Amino acid sequence: MGNWVVNHWFSVLFLVVWLGLNVFLFVDAFLKYEKADKYYYTRKILGSTLACARASALCLNFNSTLILLPVCRNLLSFLRGTCSFCSRTLRKQLDHNLTFHKLVAYMICLHTAIHIIAHLFNFDCYSRSRQATDGSLASILSSLSHDEKKGGSWLNPIQSRNTTVEYVTFTSIAGLTGVIMTIALILMVTSATEFIRRSYFEVFWYTHHLFIFYILGLGIHGIGGIVRGQTEESMNESHPRKCAESFEMWDDRDSHCRRPKFEGHPPESWKWILAPVILYICERILRFYRSQQKVVITKMNKRGFSMEVGQYIFVNCPSISLLEWHPFTLTSAPEEDFFSIHIRAAGDWTENLIRAFEQQYSPIPRIEVDGPFGTASEDVFQYEVAVLVGAGIGVTPFASILKSIWYKFQCADHNLKTKKIYFYWICRETGAFSWFNNLLTSLEQEMEELGKVGFLNYRLFLTGWDSNIVGHAALNFDKATDIVTGLKQKTSFGRPMWDNEFSTIATSHPKSVVGVFLCGPRTLAKSLRKCCHRYSSLDPRKVQFYFNKENF
Amino acid sequence: MGQIEWAMWANEQALASGLILITGGIVATAGRFTQWYFGAYSIVAGVFVCLLEYPRGKRKKGSTMERWGQKYMTAVVKLFGPFTRNYYVRAVLHLLLSVPAGFLLATILGTACLAIASGIYLLAAVRGEQWTPIEPKPRERPQIGGTIKQPPSNPPPRPPAEARKKPSEEEAAVAAGGPPGGPQVNPIPVTDEVV
Repeated sequence: MGNWVVNHWFSVLFLVVWLGLNVFLFVDAFLKYEKADKYYYTRKILGSTLACARASALCLNFNSTLILLPVCRNLLSFLRGTCSFCSRTLRKQLDHNLTFHKLVAYMICLHTAIHIIAHLFNFDCYSRSRQATDGSLASILSSLSHDEKKGGSWLNPIQSRNTTVEYVTFTSIAGLTGVIMTIALILMVTSATEFIRRSYFEVFWYTHHLFIFYILGLGIHGIGGIVRGQTEESMNESHPRKCAESFEMWDDRDSHCRRPKFEGHPPESWKWILAPVILYICERILRFYRSQQKVVITKMNKRGFSMEVGQYIFVNCPSISLLEWHPFTLTSAPEEDFFSIHIRAAGDWTENLIRAFEQQYSPIPRIEVDGPFGTASEDVFQYEVAVLVGAGIGVTPFASILKSIWYKFQCADHNLKTKKIYFYWICRETGAFSWFNNLLTSLEQEMEELGKVGFLNYRLFLTGWDSNIVGHAALNFDKATDIVTGLKQKTSFGRPMWDNEFSTIATSHPKSVVGVFLCGPRTLAKSLRKCCHRYSSLDPRKVQFYFNKENF
Repeated sequence: MGQIEWAMWANEQALASGLILITGGIVATAGRFTQWYFGAYSIVAGVFVCLLEYPRGKRKKGSTMERWGQKYMTAVVKLFGPFTRNYYVRAVLHLLLSVPAGFLLATILGTACLAIASGIYLLAAVRGEQWTPIEPKPRERPQIGGTIKQPPSNPPPRPPAEARKKPSEEEAAVAAGGPPGGPQVNPIPVTDEVV
């Protein structure tokens, strides 16, 4: 428990502040509309649902401001870069941008539901009071007409007895934009569920662009001024507290009270969303601009491209699909004069790309590149001891790191803070090893030549083994190199026993800060996180494990 | 785009629409809005749609995440055979179900969402998709004696496993510089000294 708090205190604080602001804004707006005299007459028709609707509207404005910010990747990368003096904890928060985006989205959905339900009741009340013939205050207020000659100071948006609420909804700006926004929101949410996102990414990506309708709708939603409050002038003349009782006598010549006049509330949503929208437009322009720069393939080169270890880029191939951008981790090191990615055929787009490159007779297709964007792996060299775990294709960010280490050794960079790296590569079958055999063999040689055999400690795990493979391994136990990979380090079979690994590391480095980096499945993240908490000592001077996860 | 199974998205959309219909219906009925009986209809229609759409169909390629506890509804939905398998039927059904809820403002959102789901199901049906139930995998009975291998057929000294290997393991053996095949011929007579 203590370890959890130490590792997560910033996230918890951030969320508490965000929730607190939501609650504060809701309660503040609720009380304002529930108590203010300006809305006294409005409340006579609508009751407390007016305050509910306005409070949720304010929260919607607040959350709509926040929703675009976590997806401004370039802005976040910039913040990460400039905050290099900030503590690690603050920078780690930026990794959780997508989680925050989802939380804000859920909050928007909740407040949308409250807002719609409150307005349904409001419309029903307006409709009833328009139909009412009992001469009550509500019906008199409703009869204040929309006629400009009489001052245009109406309260009830439903003009005549025959107008239905559906008619008002679809002919008023607020109603129509409300419906469009809500449908856009629902479509965005249903296509963004984990299942759809992971299985059919294009459905998610294209549908999510409906947010444009949401933002536009939000901007013009309040233009009609349907939420009416009494004007200042009218309040000075006939204050509701004094005149409400005598509503039957408003039209009398000698009464002190005149008919109240109402004005609409000016739209304020645009004020909330203007800045994030501008930031987001800049972000998209920047992404587009970077994508237009020439990329020379075979070995990718791009003007003005500079990267750090473990970063990723977005790749677009117009000949396959004009609008799709797919993320890939960079497998080259910053020291190289080109950048590379490894692509696994995992769906339509990747398979088409591989096929396009395999064509012998047609020219290599043009590709556009946006990035690089930073994620957790950049922090590897900030830790004295780093534990890198890559599952299957999740090893790609670490390939970049290992290559970078190689180059650093070649240049004899003694400023390297990292003293020891433990690299775990977990894979299902042997076919996948062919990629990095060369890299690992050269690293092995390099380490031997420099006499730094202990710096890089790597273990490879085959999880898809069968008795034949084990039989071979047992027979070749005495050989110096591994039968599967040809490396000096022997392949282990099955999954690593993390408890053993962590306790060994903890005992070998009792006073260090150990960074654990994972690129792999969630279940593995869970076990690693648990181990990090378990083996971190409560004493901050002793061994501390910090867990960082890559997610796409 | 070729591999998108639209029915999966339609399923999520229809499930959400069902929930929205239920919510709108409850609001209309509880608030006793005008023509609130449409609200009551909406609740019933919403529940029906939710139950029908809860069991996720099996994806054509790849593994499918089951929804929690969906196996009970899968059994029920399977019973209707072609009526639930075919997506044209579902598209028409959803369209018809959504119409009455369109008469009431509180439930009109449910109508719109269900109509969109119906449209996506139509697209899925046109592309030939079908609802296939996710069957639980039959538990493999451990075969008694299945792991006992045949005893060796030749007496010792026996050549190592590599000599007796099948062709599929040649690659791995070759990479390791495998030993020559065939029974081992001892150049020097081997004696065993018992100490």
